[in-house]
Amino acid sequence: MSAKSKRYDIWSTVTLIIFLIYIIMLVFPLLTILVKSIQDGDTGSFSLAYFKQFFSKKYYYGSLFNSLKVTTCVTILTIILAIPLAYIMATFKIKGKSAIQVLILISSMQAPFIGAYSWILLLGRNGVITNFMENTFNITMPDIYGFTGILLVLTLQLVPLIYMYLYGALKNIDKSLLEAAESMGCTGAKKVFKVVIPLILPTLLAGALLVFMRALADFGTPMLIGEGYRTVPVLIFNEFISEVGGDDGFAAAISVIVIIFATAIFLLQKYISNKKAFSMSALHPIEAKKEKGLKNVLAHIYVYAFTIIALLPQLTVIYTSFLDTKGRVFSGGYSLKSYEAAFSKMGDAIGNTFYLAGLSIVVVILLAILIAYITVRRANPVTNVLDILTMFPYIVPGSILGIALLLSFNKKPLLLSGTALIMIVSFVIRRLPYTIRSSAAILHQINISVEEAAISLGASNIKTFFKIVLPMMLPGVISGAILSWVTIISELSTSIILYTGNTKTMTIATYTEVIRGNFGVAAALATILSVITIISLLIFFKVTGEKEITM
Amino acid sequence: MNDLSISIDFKNVVKKYGDNTVIPGLSLEVEKGEFFTLLGPSGCGKTTLLRMVAGFNTIEGGEILFNGKIINNVAPKDRNIGMVFQNYAIFPHLTVAKNVAFGLENRKLPKAEIEEKVDEILKIVKIHEYKDRLPENLSGGQQQRVALARAIVIEPDVLLMDEPLSNLDAKLRIEMRNAIKDIQKDIGITTIYVTHDQEEAMAVSDRIAVMNHGVIQHVGTPQNIYQRPANIFVATFIGRTNILDGELIPNNKGFVLKIGEYKEIVDNLIISREIADSIPVQVSIRPEEFIIKKNGEGVKAKILNSVFLGLNTHYFVELETGERAEIVQESTIGEILEPGTEIGLKIKKEKINIFNKKSQLNITEGVVNHVSQKQKI
Repeated sequence: MSAKSKRYDIWSTVTLIIFLIYIIMLVFPLLTILVKSIQDGDTGSFSLAYFKQFFSKKYYYGSLFNSLKVTTCVTILTIILAIPLAYIMATFKIKGKSAIQVLILISSMQAPFIGAYSWILLLGRNGVITNFMENTFNITMPDIYGFTGILLVLTLQLVPLIYMYLYGALKNIDKSLLEAAESMGCTGAKKVFKVVIPLILPTLLAGALLVFMRALADFGTPMLIGEGYRTVPVLIFNEFISEVGGDDGFAAAISVIVIIFATAIFLLQKYISNKKAFSMSALHPIEAKKEKGLKNVLAHIYVYAFTIIALLPQLTVIYTSFLDTKGRVFSGGYSLKSYEAAFSKMGDAIGNTFYLAGLSIVVVILLAILIAYITVRRANPVTNVLDILTMFPYIVPGSILGIALLLSFNKKPLLLSGTALIMIVSFVIRRLPYTIRSSAAILHQINISVEEAAISLGASNIKTFFKIVLPMMLPGVISGAILSWVTIISELSTSIILYTGNTKTMTIATYTEVIRGNFGVAAALATILSVITIISLLIFFKVTGEKEITM
Repeated sequence: MNDLSISIDFKNVVKKYGDNTVIPGLSLEVEKGEFFTLLGPSGCGKTTLLRMVAGFNTIEGGEILFNGKIINNVAPKDRNIGMVFQNYAIFPHLTVAKNVAFGLENRKLPKAEIEEKVDEILKIVKIHEYKDRLPENLSGGQQQRVALARAIVIEPDVLLMDEPLSNLDAKLRIEMRNAIKDIQKDIGITTIYVTHDQEEAMAVSDRIAVMNHGVIQHVGTPQNIYQRPANIFVATFIGRTNILDGELIPNNKGFVLKIGEYKEIVDNLIISREIADSIPVQVSIRPEEFIIKKNGEGVKAKILNSVFLGLNTHYFVELETGERAEIVQESTIGEILEPGTEIGLKIKKEKINIFNKKSQLNITEGVVNHVSQKQKI
């Protein structure tokens, strides 16, 4: 009797409420698209016609292959580039290492489509580098539109992500393991392949999954630089949005296919990594050593070259934002006209961004703290399901979530489409995992006996939570919240589907200006976004006292 | 404060995790003001039992009573307990004084009174000068004192301590255990203390309950359980001992204990002399309960090895029965017996303990065991 009655406390109520929120805001929308996908558009009866339609035309199923090709290539390429980068940064003394860490991080924090757009400015048909090479050396640069461009942009964008994972994992290897390997005659490349890579494999797999999902879901990049190279998010967007022949049901069917596909990949990764799972913590972490000679030079070249190339889009955007414009064309000089235009035309967007992202981040923090607490401290079947639900946004591409929300909340009593609330809901659901994870991580480190001590001293559950647990969790919550914030302000793939004139954010404004050809204004907006991002990250470093981010 | 302290009764207490029964019905009485220790190997259920008293573990059967009142369904925060945790569980974001004041604040005491009490207790545990520091700036021993002060400042009915010294180094452990004992005696709170360290248990406790597999094996004073352990488990768990196979042969004077070819008359047994057959027994002989006879009297043995530790010299021998044993002798001036030396071993028969091999129970006179209910072992 006591066993049962004790389980019900304030946290049970909290669990229930959050569970309901997730049922309404995530499960219901996903079920809605599932239902739409297997319903006949006119009669509403059961029909697999949409799926037949998808698999019968190359135009449709081809985009799935395109997505698969892009995603797989991006994942492999990022791994190939990121392993040496992480290994060099962890084991070599690199000059300006802390600065490079921050720069690499910054390069990954921008919306990918801005990268795509910058590369068009650089290497596109009328790009700076293209023209320069053409005019000076009479060399025709390879075409970067289509597959190549998507690969280039996404790879550069995602290497930092997996790099941060790997760097963290390398720091967890005890250097005595490497010394042991060396003492047994395993050195150099052999050591890397036989010892180092197997040790970081679990992290590598986790990072690869994240890269895969990001690449799969990205919408802006193929839209801008793909030029007819159709990936699934583009197809879904077109099917859903296009004014002629847009078809909710068909978009829903494609979404279902993508979710099934992504889930399969997710489960496969889980299966493999569970088999390979082990935990490490280093008593004596690897220290960066000062290397000499060619090895040292090559290491520096690799790191610097990657950092510069990864930052090039940002630099291009910033540079472009200060160019003088006449209408849509650059006149050759420098001015702040783009900023004037950005603030006068797009002032709303800037305000909206702070308003929507600000409200979202408040909700994110609140929910993340509570979810982290109930999933870590009150593990039971309900909270386990909740834990899985909160991680769902990792597998559900943003554009699909956008469609799902729109289709679910477009009639009373839940008429949310076009409101700020639906934007906030989408931001919260998509970016909550960052804050949950870092909050949960810090909570795992807080010994439960601290709470028991508080209770034994007569504090109630609520009081224990607010006076003891929360203050101890705060650093983890804040660092996660900053990541959520940075990714909210650069969110495109969901908001592009959900926004209306009143809820246009800076990222959407940038995107639409790019599409319209207002490169100056777009660049100014993107620069403002970058500045906000950089300031946020600096606060992050200040708060965490670290020079690194682990996600 | 002594007259305010309470007694704790355990009546047939059961703990289950799902279908797994950890404590299968345990009864015990802890007296007012007593320093009572639960001692046992890891996994024996001692911490589980302590946490049932604290209210952090549910009780699946039976009752726990404070001064005769059932507390099974009282929420932990309302039990008025003071608890000291293995890892101290100090609130890292609060100063020493704030940590200690936490419980008093929950009791809504006036501010001035809280301050006064905090000052007083910090002086008692000798950390008053660190009052305004954050815990991270304190040593392990000092943190332990904060934890103790925080637990007792609320004037709890019961003080519960879960392996409070296990994270300290050896020297500090001895210092702290003396401090804990002194403070407990001064304020006279009924205390339940959990440890796996038998020496620590003997040093601090009024009485000890030795537990194994969720069952209490022996409850008694440190002297009781060391000198007359209730069964073989207690004999081997408390202190060092040699367990040798032997045989009890009844004769007209009493019994003859036979180990190998060595015979010794014993007359302090609690079994009746009318038994016709000999009984197989196991004999617990502590290393200091052997007497080395160079003339070969007693059990024949061969020295295998020796360790000189200053005060004492330890010998490891092989007996004629093939069993191995450890002997401790006060070191003498002169030669240490070489490996291979053949010797005889006599025993201090009034000190040794004889156990029925089948029941594993002590059949020597003088066993004091306060286990409330007869339990099958």
